[in-house]
Amino acid sequence: MMARAAFLVIAGIAVAAALALVLRRNTVHGALFLVVNLGCVAALYLMLGAIFLAAAQIIVYAGAIMVLFVFAIMVLIPGKEETGPDPRRTWRLLAAPLGGALLLELILLVVGRTAAPAPTGAAPSDNVAAIGRLLFTDYLLPFELTSVLLLAAMVGVLLLARSREGSAEPQGAGPEASVRGSAKPQGSEPEASLR
Amino acid sequence: MAAPGLSAYLILAALVFTIGLFGVLTRRNAIGILLGIELMLNAVNINLVAFARFEADLAGLVFTLFVIAITVAEVGVGLAIVIAIFRVRRTVDADHLNLLRG
Repeated sequence: MMARAAFLVIAGIAVAAALALVLRRNTVHGALFLVVNLGCVAALYLMLGAIFLAAAQIIVYAGAIMVLFVFAIMVLIPGKEETGPDPRRTWRLLAAPLGGALLLELILLVVGRTAAPAPTGAAPSDNVAAIGRLLFTDYLLPFELTSVLLLAAMVGVLLLARSREGSAEPQGAGPEASVRGSAKPQGSEPEASLR
Repeated sequence: MAAPGLSAYLILAALVFTIGLFGVLTRRNAIGILLGIELMLNAVNINLVAFARFEADLAGLVFTLFVIAITVAEVGVGLAIVIAIFRVRRTVDADHLNLLRG
């Protein structure tokens, strides 16, 4: 009874935060609602006995990724982007029946399963060592590939996010000054064609 | 059975996934779209952990770790692309980013 009540409360908060993220236009609020959602998911991991994953969720998602998101939002200041009238409102509202159909289908799939498997055994409370052993034996190759992927992503981010002149760009100038002040061969072309 | 079963977790994950899909389809802001993708990936993670618990198979937890790592790479590259686009086009509105449209 206790577990069911806790599950209902956590799931309700998670769904409410997700809905608020989607329906609010303010991106900063969206990022903060995503933190709430990720925290609820971490609590669900704890209920499922995945202690290590709950910690990883908090540290990686709610820590690192959200800091990245909020930082990018602060740099870009996209708050004014969505305030105007939406030219494609009718098309966009088609997303609601589409999402509803998908949700209905998924729920029908879940409810119509043949037999609910009983939870075998107690919750594995200390599975950290088992996960580590599995990572370095059966899943060693995917594990190493993941590290290669992270390295490639790091190099790619550095390449994408640097300013065009590289180290010659003054650091305190900000994005506006770096766009206006620098002669960008391929940068100025699409900007002119946009207007 | 007092504890919520597998179906409860699957339905919750379906709800969160659908909400995330709705966000991806309706947001005009590129960062908002990335936030919706985060929601969808989290729903998948809930499913993986729930199956790992109820099927007593630790592979689900390992795959969740991989999903988290790949999400980090995806968010980093995605935000870097958004910032690079913003530098050139001065906008992050996805509707205006139609340079490749035929």
